[in-house]
Amino acid sequence: MAGSRDTVSESQNVGTGAERDWQTRLEVFSKSDFARSFPYWFVPFSIMGLGVYGGIGYNTLISLTDYEGFNEGPDFSPGNLDLEMYVQTVNDPWVWTTSKNTFVLLIVFTTVTMVLGLFLAVMLDRGIRYKEKIQTIYLLPMALSFVVTAQFWLWMYNVNNGLINLLLGAALIWQFSGYAMVVFLAGLQSIPDDQFEAAQVDGASVLRTYWRVIIPQLKSSSVSAAVVLVIFALKAFTFLFSMFGQYRVPKGTDILATLMVREAFKLQNWAYAAAIATILLLMALAVIAPYLHYQHKQGSL
Amino acid sequence: MSKATRPADGSFADVLPELDYWKIGLSLVITFFFAFFLAPIWTGIVTSFKTSGAVTATTPLTPPLGDGFTVEKWARAIDHLSTGFVNSLIMTIPSTIATVFLGSTAAYGLTLVDWGKRAQFAVLILFLVGIFIPYQAVLVPLSDFWINIVPLAEVLAPVWELSFMEYAHARLLSLTITHIVYGIPLCMLLFRGYYLTLSDELVEAAKIDGASITTIYRRVVLPLSKPMVGVVFIYQFTAIWNEFLFSLTLIGSSSSPAATVTLVLSGLGTDLSGIDFGLRMAGALFAALPTLIIYAFFAEEFAQGLAAEN
Repeated sequence: MAGSRDTVSESQNVGTGAERDWQTRLEVFSKSDFARSFPYWFVPFSIMGLGVYGGIGYNTLISLTDYEGFNEGPDFSPGNLDLEMYVQTVNDPWVWTTSKNTFVLLIVFTTVTMVLGLFLAVMLDRGIRYKEKIQTIYLLPMALSFVVTAQFWLWMYNVNNGLINLLLGAALIWQFSGYAMVVFLAGLQSIPDDQFEAAQVDGASVLRTYWRVIIPQLKSSSVSAAVVLVIFALKAFTFLFSMFGQYRVPKGTDILATLMVREAFKLQNWAYAAAIATILLLMALAVIAPYLHYQHKQGSL
Repeated sequence: MSKATRPADGSFADVLPELDYWKIGLSLVITFFFAFFLAPIWTGIVTSFKTSGAVTATTPLTPPLGDGFTVEKWARAIDHLSTGFVNSLIMTIPSTIATVFLGSTAAYGLTLVDWGKRAQFAVLILFLVGIFIPYQAVLVPLSDFWINIVPLAEVLAPVWELSFMEYAHARLLSLTITHIVYGIPLCMLLFRGYYLTLSDELVEAAKIDGASITTIYRRVVLPLSKPMVGVVFIYQFTAIWNEFLFSLTLIGSSSSPAATVTLVLSGLGTDLSGIDFGLRMAGALFAALPTLIIYAFFAEEFAQGLAAEN
């Protein structure tokens, strides 16, 4: 560092050399790894950034207006910007109901899916035959669109006419437990076999070995799976829309995600929908931020 | 367990301890879940080949027999969905290719090149948050953007003069671009995980030989990326093909000439006389065909993409 500073001050003393120095520095810079790799990451980064962060910023701005109906677009004049929409969301009992439903869905769905996924993973981990084939079948629902699977489950519902909430729960668990299984299987495979064998030599039963030795080591997989499932539960819209074929879903199954899309695209309450979207975003960030921090501390970023 | 060790006149109780209860229990549980995961799809397949009469007369699990069998529902479903199917292909293939390419270059610029660890980390975090944000948070701006700020339909006015293009196809183009934008972060993450496992030696050796960043990408990194390109392509193709929320909000109506296959499917087989389940099942299976085919051949890669997501 000191050496380079010397050359800089030296060349500045030489008068016309200053310009040449500026040019060489530009040339060096243009050949540096930063400049050369810039297009590689910056093009995708700016496209993504415009969509994600530009979108979020613009959404926040719209949520401060009173934009509604089929008009020319939001009015951003300073006098028009206020927190009125947020006051409305807090005072709207329906927002509270859907928030409560969102939490119930989130907790029940994530817990059951993870327990079932772990169970399936442990089962398949014990060196059974046709493991790959079985795994393929268990994961198959994940490859299908919610619009497609909703048709199957709607048909089952028509036959049984049971509780709609129970059916929705079963359908979502059916679709996602294969995913949790794959994440746990990857975690199980990273645990060396000799730990299992050592516990077996000590006389521990298979169940006990898993419970005491293996499962505690799956913390990182559990966190990853949980985050993905929670985020999914927060934004679950497609499945509910497809089940009922319309924006308005039955009272007990209405969540913030469906409310937001309905307010925007059915009722054209753009600003109000944007405010609900902000609430959803904050909920998601409340999960993502600790997760990224945890991953960073683990050194897995 | 072999017959030779079993006494010919042995009672049933003599044999029992030799059986492995664990194995039997395990097989039963595995078979149960096998049925659990396949049953909805199985009912979908059998129902799609039944006449409307057979759909109401037989149980969902029984295959269509005799008079109850028909391919009429499939014919009608394909007839209804073919435009949407083509639209989905037109949208999914270019956006998948673009996302995979951009994801790979972004991961390259963030892992195999060192231009400041702290700055690279900050950019990485911004990408990662982009994976997890709920799309609801950008839906209102998106629809405003494609309608009021960049109305592609008007920007590309001369194009709609062409005979095979329709005005509504502008929406398909905006949907394609939207999928590229929001697909980049996850593709970046998948490639990044892979590039981190590559040994530094090849890249370092190329650097010592005086290869530029571009040469290293084209001659070293891209050829090494082949297996991961497959994984990301399969994963991204499936994700975009199956996507519905963007289609619904950007295209709007299932009767639009630009409607994607998932959008058309969501409105299929519903009229005042009730729901035609046979037609719906056939439509659902037809719409899922590309992803099912890909899954049948590349289930391994699909699972790999899912597991690497975190």
